[in-house]
Amino acid sequence: MSVQIAHISKTFQHHGVSQTVLDQIDLTVQKGEFVSILGPSGCGKSTLLTIVAGLTAPTSGKVLVNGKEIKGPGSDRGVVFQQAALFPWLTVEENVMFPLKKKMPKEEAKKKAHEYLAMVQLSQYAKHSPHELSGGMQQRVSIARALAMDPEVLLMDEPFGALDEQTRSRLHEVLEKIWIDTKKTILFVTHSIQEALKLSDRIIVMGTRPGRIIDEIEVSFPRPRDEFRKQLAEYEERIQKLLKSEIDKVVKEEESYAAGR
Amino acid sequence: MQQVVKRIIFYAAALGIWEAIVKLLNIKAVVFPAPSDIFQALWNGFADLTLVYDLLASFQRLAIGLVIALILGTVLGVVFAKSKVIDDTIGSLILPLQSVPSIVWLPLAIIWFGLNEKAIIFIVVLGGTLVMTLNMRTGIKSVPPIYTNAARTMDYSGFSLFTHVIFPAAIPHAVTGARLAWAFGWRGLMGSELLSTGPGLGYTLKFASDFGDMALVMGIIFIIALIGILVDLVFFSRIEKKVMKKWGLLEQ
Ligand SMILES: Nc1ncnc2c1ncn2[C@@H]1O[C@H](COP(=O)(O)OP(=O)(O)O)[C@@H](O)[C@H]1O
Ligand SMILES: [Mg+2]
Repeated sequence: MSVQIAHISKTFQHHGVSQTVLDQIDLTVQKGEFVSILGPSGCGKSTLLTIVAGLTAPTSGKVLVNGKEIKGPGSDRGVVFQQAALFPWLTVEENVMFPLKKKMPKEEAKKKAHEYLAMVQLSQYAKHSPHELSGGMQQRVSIARALAMDPEVLLMDEPFGALDEQTRSRLHEVLEKIWIDTKKTILFVTHSIQEALKLSDRIIVMGTRPGRIIDEIEVSFPRPRDEFRKQLAEYEERIQKLLKSEIDKVVKEEESYAAGR
Repeated sequence: MQQVVKRIIFYAAALGIWEAIVKLLNIKAVVFPAPSDIFQALWNGFADLTLVYDLLASFQRLAIGLVIALILGTVLGVVFAKSKVIDDTIGSLILPLQSVPSIVWLPLAIIWFGLNEKAIIFIVVLGGTLVMTLNMRTGIKSVPPIYTNAARTMDYSGFSLFTHVIFPAAIPHAVTGARLAWAFGWRGLMGSELLSTGPGLGYTLKFASDFGDMALVMGIIFIIALIGILVDLVFFSRIEKKVMKKWGLLEQ
């Protein structure tokens, strides 16, 4: 299932002042592709992802999934947020069953939920409450929940941003394996260059004020990419430069704004 | 542990001194009863079952009143949280009403219902409903958007979103509302029973006072306090803590 983001712009109003957060974003993600959106914080990555999820309406432009314009959120697009957003009143298993219970008999939903919990290696925690799990485990449950409704597209907004380095690196492996096994189309938001390089087929680099696409980088090394550290380091340097000039631009703008007051 | 020991010593000493002063100064029990008089009065009351019937009668009114208050408060809270028009109009009445002790409505309640069970239950309902409404409204309004957003991406909307996400997410506030409803209901109940016919704890208190039985009066005050504390500590505080923990609202 391909995702097409067509001329998306988004403007927010703050007390009568309008702020253009996204300016004319065009991007097509092919079926089965893993695409990362990389950019400094505040450049509108989350806004773009919630627009694709159908949770926020764009000011102009549209999002097409398989050629059809989206009208709101839908189970064809699973979303994993930065916070796991598990429902605390449900057990781990019930959380994963949550998207299924309106669609199939309970027993079937349960069986499916257990399949996906096994995929994120949490089968033995099915009966636990979310608050009894660590942050990394909660995020795995959240991934299992999004996968359980079998969406063709997975939208992930800095899903590992709040986790420590070791946990994050383990979850990268888990996600990579899931992606290879399930062939989902993944749109992955991050502000970590290394994360993007490790996981994606293609990296969309965004600049800020207004948020727009400034570069697009194909990463075609086979996975797992641990052997290509040296080559990836070159990419990293190149992207770093690109982002630095963006951040410098923001700093300069802020300084001249402060000086002009 | 030390705290408990300190308290036990304090209360034992206080009771001892109280008893000693009353006996030494020969103060009459009608004016200020000694702990032993109070104990004796309670003993007699329980032995001839009058206090047992009073307790049962009071609890029955309270239970009926609270059930009505909790249901009504939940419904009203949801309506106010969901409809801005109703909230801006009728909803603006809740806070001023809440600042009036429910017992002051008793004269009106007596005119409407007569001096009977219904009038007392009305006071309990009034006291409980308002706090339950306020808490339920806050609970529904402060559901974290992250929950509703996540649910919407899983094909929940409208009524199913409400029953499966918004309402359960508001339960911690509902529990607090229920606890306060009990506290207000209990106060309203005792107040209105003072002015009613028996049986009932409040009624017997008034009856004892009319006959100058201050030992029984203080004994009943003691029971009222004890029940108030026990229900809060043993029942509501525990549930509240459990829910808060499960809902991730307490730090680990
Ligand atoms: N609901 C909103 N109302 C107003 N401004 C918003 C809203 N959501 C985001 N913004 C603004 O849009 C900009 C981009 O935010 P966001 O998409 O969260 O960036 P990122 O995810 O890249 O850090 C920020 O300046 C933020 O203040
Ligand atoms: Mg963000």
